Formats: sequence, structure tokens, C-alpha cells
Amino acid sequence: MVFLLVAVSIVSFILMTMSPVDPLQANVGQAALGSMSQEQIEKLEAYWGVDEPPLKRYLAWAKDFVRGDFGMSLQYRQPVSKVIAVKLGNSLFLMVTAWILSGVIGFILGVAAGVFRGRLPDRLIKGYCVVISSTPAFWLALLLLMIFGVWLKVLPIGLSVPIGLEASGVTFLDRLRHAILPALTLSITGISNIALHTREKMIDVMESDYVLFARARGESTWQIVRRHALRNVLLPAITLQFASISEIFGGSVLVEQVFSYSGMGQAAVTAGLGSDMPLLMAITIVSAVFVFGGNLIANILYGIVDPRIRRGGNRK
Amino acid sequence: MEKKLPPILEIRGLQISFKQYEKGFSQTELEVIRDLDVCVPAGEIVAVVGSSGSGKSLLAHAVLGILPYNASVKGEILYDGEALTEKRVKRLRGDEIVLVPQSTAYLDPLMKTGVQIRKGKKDAASKERLHQIFREYELKQEVEEQYPFELSGGMTRRIMNATALMGHPRLVIADEPTPGLHISVTRRAMEHFRELADMGAGVLLITHDLELAVETADRIAVFYAGSTLEEVPALAFQSCDTLHHPYSRALWNAMPKHGFQPIPGTQPYAREMPQGCPFGPRCPKYTQECSEKIPWRQTGDGRVRCIHAEEAQ
Amino acid sequence: MKQWNRRKATVLILVISILFLVTVAAAGSQCSDAARATDFSRKNLLPCLEYPFGTDWMGRDMFARTLKGLSLSILIGVLAAAISAVIALVLGICAATLGRRADGVITWVIDLIMGIPHMLLLILISVAAGRGLKGVIIGVAFTHWTSLARLIRAEVMQLKESPYVKIAGKLGKGKWYVAYRHILPHLLPQFAVGLVLMFPHAILHEASITFLGFGLTSEQPAIGIILSESMKYLVLGKWWLALFPGLALVVTVIMFYLLGENLRRLIDPNSAHE
Repeated sequence: MVFLLVAVSIVSFILMTMSPVDPLQANVGQAALGSMSQEQIEKLEAYWGVDEPPLKRYLAWAKDFVRGDFGMSLQYRQPVSKVIAVKLGNSLFLMVTAWILSGVIGFILGVAAGVFRGRLPDRLIKGYCVVISSTPAFWLALLLLMIFGVWLKVLPIGLSVPIGLEASGVTFLDRLRHAILPALTLSITGISNIALHTREKMIDVMESDYVLFARARGESTWQIVRRHALRNVLLPAITLQFASISEIFGGSVLVEQVFSYSGMGQAAVTAGLGSDMPLLMAITIVSAVFVFGGNLIANILYGIVDPRIRRGGNRK
Repeated sequence: MEKKLPPILEIRGLQISFKQYEKGFSQTELEVIRDLDVCVPAGEIVAVVGSSGSGKSLLAHAVLGILPYNASVKGEILYDGEALTEKRVKRLRGDEIVLVPQSTAYLDPLMKTGVQIRKGKKDAASKERLHQIFREYELKQEVEEQYPFELSGGMTRRIMNATALMGHPRLVIADEPTPGLHISVTRRAMEHFRELADMGAGVLLITHDLELAVETADRIAVFYAGSTLEEVPALAFQSCDTLHHPYSRALWNAMPKHGFQPIPGTQPYAREMPQGCPFGPRCPKYTQECSEKIPWRQTGDGRVRCIHAEEAQ
Repeated sequence: MKQWNRRKATVLILVISILFLVTVAAAGSQCSDAARATDFSRKNLLPCLEYPFGTDWMGRDMFARTLKGLSLSILIGVLAAAISAVIALVLGICAATLGRRADGVITWVIDLIMGIPHMLLLILISVAAGRGLKGVIIGVAFTHWTSLARLIRAEVMQLKESPYVKIAGKLGKGKWYVAYRHILPHLLPQFAVGLVLMFPHAILHEASITFLGFGLTSEQPAIGIILSESMKYLVLGKWWLALFPGLALVVTVIMFYLLGENLRRLIDPNSAHE
């Protein structure tokens, strides 16, 4: 995993160095650059290390990074670590809520669809999933914004905190109110993946020989679902949910942009548009840590929960 | 002579077909079981013998009412002299009518065997019954706490038989219960079925293994390409002369101890089924009349569906 | 007339979705001028008969803009997905046939790419490519091949191990003969379905990255641009600017999805008899 993370950092570093956008111009501005003296420009160039070969720059960056010095964000004019700490806190709140909500609801819907395969509930759930997975998250966010923010005026239209308030004056309730719509959007989009997957698994299980045998032994559909199906479907569903952290991250980039919610996603867009290399690199690596962590947990979970792996050694 | 009770299970003219697509858009009914008759009296083991692909497993599923949704069933299934309706079978299956399945795939891979046999019941009586069954089958108590993947072939076999005993079985349907098992395990499994029959249950043994059927069953129904061709006491298979249908004789000849002679040709696929006798195309005695509907004929202690049966005797 | 059944319905849906997509793509490329024409005498009109999707603050016909945007999105999506599918095919087959080393490297690359959240990688690549159309196409093409490549790899490996392929090898059939006669016929349907099912993802991601401002310039009315512009006017109550173009995008993506699903239903033996 560490190896993969290093690779992620190298890849993103290469991509950033490939960029034809000149960080000096992007951050200082063409006009300002023109009015500066040669010395000043050289000083700035030295600051961003424009002249040094990429390898040396990467090593220097990596050395600092490992020590916990993520560099300065060019856009926010603050240490990257500080920017990330604040933004990540905001985003995590959103993402964790959406992750749990979409997981639970998606699982229930998937099980229901699998049990009622081909009948009305299944059609409705499948239809919902198809429509939602064909809907861009940002447009769904716009719709919700229109309905709840502009039309019904019950929820704020943007920002993670009310405008014009000192950070200390923001109550938890305010934060919550501002997080409802983004979290809702993320949850709604997250459901379809897990629901469709659970439905497939559920259909497999319901067609399996052991369910057939359970039916032959007089168990009712409800008993079969409770006793056999849930047990066999839950594990893959949880695994999938852990492995789908990357999706939620991606979704939050779009959703935060629409709601001007100041989180990691918005920071990533700002960093990308402004060629803020240190920030973008750090965001990429932090999110990769989450994704790989999710995958790792999924794998470990399998080993602990599934008796076929846990007790595999006892087999004669 | 004792009074004849109605048989536990009687099946007359069973037909099972599936909806399927042919090339392009035409949908057809694919008849997998065409005309199946079998009768299981109480206290006896009746074996339905047929080669693979003859639709045997569907017979078990049809009796238990667990066919897939695109199947349709015609014909009569009588249990205890009364029609076995969907409602009735729902009530009886798992208790009076039990299935002994083929393989480990029929056990929930994530459920411990003990709970699985008890069907989740936790009361003392069920637990005691389970312990009793385990003692009878010489299974150790620890096996209760094991998952199906941890069992050996023989143990799995006994566990699956044990599932049948949790209820009050009067009809046991064993679907190919001994695939690829060691001969001693197979023998032991068959003894268990005999014990069940001795306790008064009817046992329907569905198998492709003629030798096994001859050894354990009381009666044998020869099943070919969706139809029953002959029904005789198992003893009739002691000699070729007491068999009447050319296919039964061919089966007899194909047994290892009788020279292993293969039957030329292959079993027809459900879609290319011939009219009349399904064995017609492979039969040495085939005549024009064989392509019409063939009635049952009594032959001493059995019955056969062949118009040339007399010549065969 | 013969009985109406599932398979006919499947073919009908296939035909309808293809027709719809081709029509949109063709119509959109015809109305480039109409999409850009401004006319301040007709600005901010609600949807009406003449302008079914209304007009915007510069009096531009939203219907023409949407059509143009959709056709742009479809073209970019199809192009990027096609490139992506080719990458997937090549790498998938390489991983399965070139030995353990190659397999290890390719699997590792797939893990790596999947480890970076999709949107973030798209941002990175489009920054690397200097934004613009090129960045979008490269970005979408390079991020979508992973799961299809995995699928193809698994499929080829399974086919390689399957008894009939092994027997064909033992019978002395040449490698190319086996590949052509026994592996390709199984792989092609999977590949075709995978390709078509990649379109909706590609289009959605294209729209998303453009929406964020990394893609095309506002000169080119891609659907993401239209929606991102409309966001500013949303608060002023101009709901139609966002509703209709977005809805049209959703319908287009659903059409692609139906196309892929129904294609699979016809090809996949497991569901062919439903």
C-alpha cells in the first residue's frame, strides 16, 4: 500500500510537471509578472523551483512531505496541511453521512428488489437506480438547490457556514443545515451502485441450490431472506461500500462546487484551476490514503467475517 | 394378504415444460418431462433410474413445488390418495415430505450445520432431537459448530440425511444422493434410506446408477427422455429375461457385470423428441406402430410401455 | 402477427435508442450557429412553443444550445470511450497472455488508477494536458478503461483454461487458430457490451469536468458549460436554464444505458431466454 501511495504521488507529480500552465503566471498573474523586476521574478522562480530538474524537485518535495511539511498552498496562502485539515473536516462530515445513509438504504432497496425480482418493487427500484446513475451528481445538486433553496426557501443555498459570521459564531446547527443538501445529494447518488450490486447478489442467492433446498424444507420466503439471504449478501455489500469510497470522493468534488461548500472537493477544483501544485498533490495523496484504506478494510473484513477464510486453515 | 393402503405418492402422466426462445423471436414450449408415471408405496424404496439429461431432478422439484417460474406442470400428483395442491405441499414440505439433496451446494455456506439442520429452531426439543440424530449417524457434537465447507464428503452426506429426520418424514425424495462418493459411504447412505422405509416412509430414489438402484430399491422405474418406459420389481433386474422393454434390457447389458455393452445412438434432446416411443430411433425392434401413442401393459408384477413386449418375453 | 415477447421488445428499445442518439448528434451539429446567436430582444424567455427550452440572459435559444451541447457531449463521450475500450482490450489481453510479469505490472497500474478518485484524476490529467478539449478527451479516455480491462483479463484467462481451448491446443491447432476460432467469439460480445456501457460514464464525466471549468471554453456550448453558467442565474429564479438541458443530458445517458443493457440481454446467454 505504501508502494502504491508513492506511485500515486509520482504519477500526480509527473502530471503536474507536464502541465503547460506556468505556475508563476497562474498565481502571480500576467500583469503583475510583467511589472516585476527581473530579480523579483528570479526569486519567485527559485521559490517554486522552476529551474531545477523535476527529479530533484520531486525528491525535495517528498522529503518534506514525509516529514509532515506539505508545503505552502499558492491559492490559499496558507500551509497545505492547515488547509487540508479544515477542508477535510468539513468534507468528512458530508461524506461519512452520505456513505452510511447510501449504504444502508441501498442495501435495503437491493435486497427488496432481489426478493421481488421482476415484480413491481423490483422495477421501481431498478428504474430509480438507472435514472440516478444516469444523472450527473452536479445536476441533481442543482435540482435540489432549486427545489429546497430557491423555491421552497427552507434550506440555505450554499456555503458550509452562513455568510458574514465569525467562525466562532457558527453553531453546530448552522453547520448541519448547510450540510443537509450536499449530504442528501451524495446519498441519493450513492444508493444506486450498492442497490444494483446487492440486487444482483440477492438474485444469485435466491436462485442458489441452498435456497431451493430451504424452500423444499418448508421455509417461507421471509424466513429464507432473514436466515440465508441476508447472511450471504451482507458481506459483499459491506465490502463494496468500503471499496466505493473513491466514488463518494468524486461525487463530493461536484456537489461541493454546486453548494459552494468549502471542503476537499472545492479545494481540489480551486487548486486545479489555479495550478496550485502542492495543494493538489496533497489532496490526491490524502484521498488515495482513504481509498486504499477502504480497500484494505474491505479485505481484512472478509478475512474476519467470512468463515470460509477465517477457518480455512482447519480444513482437512 | 394385508389390506392395500393407497400409495404415499402416485404420479400419473406428469408433464413439465419450459418457455424458451428459439432462433430469432419465436417462443416455444420445451417439453422436458413428457409422460412420467411412478408410484411409491409406504415402506418401500422406489428408484427412478435414468441417464443424465433425462429430467430426473425436475421430478423431485415438481413434487415439492419448487420448479422455476418459467416451468409449467400438467398431470396428476397424488399424495396419500389426494391431489397434492400448491397449498398442501407448502404445508407438508420440510415436515412430511422431505428432500435429501445432491451435494454440499444445497447447504448454506455461511451457516453452521447444527443451526441449519434445526432450521434455526432453538427450543430444547429440537436440540435434543438433533443430538439424537447425531448419535444415530455417529456424528461428533463438534460438527454442529462447523460450516459446510469444513465437512468431508461422507459427513456432508450424513448431515443432509439428518435434515430429513428433523421432521416426521412420510415421503423421502432423494435426488442423486451419492454422486462420486466412496462405495462404503454410498452403502451406508443407502442403509439409512432403508431404515427410513422400515419406519414406514416411502422413499423416492432418483439416480442414474442402476446397480445401486438394483441393490437397494424395492421397485425400479426406468426413465428415458422424459417418459417412464417400464416399472418392475428390483428383482426383475437379476436377469435379462424378466425385463420387457428393449431399453431396460439395453441398460442391463450396459451394466459392468454384464459386459458393459453400450447402447448405440444418443438420447434425443427435448426439442427433437420423436413421436410415440422416445426410444424408437435407437430401438432394434422399431416398427411403424411405435410412432403412435404407446399404452401401458401389465407384465406380471410390473408394467411396460412397449408394443413389442410380448416378443421380448 | 406473431406473439409479442421480450426479445422483440429488446430489439425495439435498441433501435429506438440508436435512432434517438443519432438524431440528437446529427441535429446538434446542424445548429451550431443557432446555438451561438444572441438576440437581446428575446432574452430570458420562459419555455414556449417557439423556444421549447426558453432563452437565456443573452437571448440565446436554449433548445439549440442544448442540442449542440448534447451532440458535442455524445461525440466526445463516444470518442473517449472508444479510445478507452481499445486500451482496455489491449492491456486486458496482454495481462492475460504475456505471462506473470506483464500481468503483475498491468494489474498494479489498474490498482493505482483506481486508487485515485475518478474526478480527481480527471482534474489532474486535464491540468496536465493544459485543459481544453484535448484534456477532456485524454482524461476520460485514460480513466475509464480499468474495469473493462479487468473484465477482459479475467475472461481471457478463463477461456485459456477452459477444456475446449486446451483440447484444441492438444489437437495441434495453431495459437492464432485457437485465438480466432475459440477465444475471439467469446470475447467480442463482452467487449461490445463493455464499450457501449462505457459511453454513459464517459459522457457523465465529460459533463462533470466541463461543469467544473476544466473542459471546453464557453465558446463551445457543451452541456457542462451550459449548466455551470445557469448556476449563476438559478438564484434569480431562472429554473429552465438548468432544468431542461440537464434533463436532456439524463435522457441521453439513459438511452446509452438502455442500448448497452439491451445489447447485453441479447448477447448474454444467461438472460437470453427471459
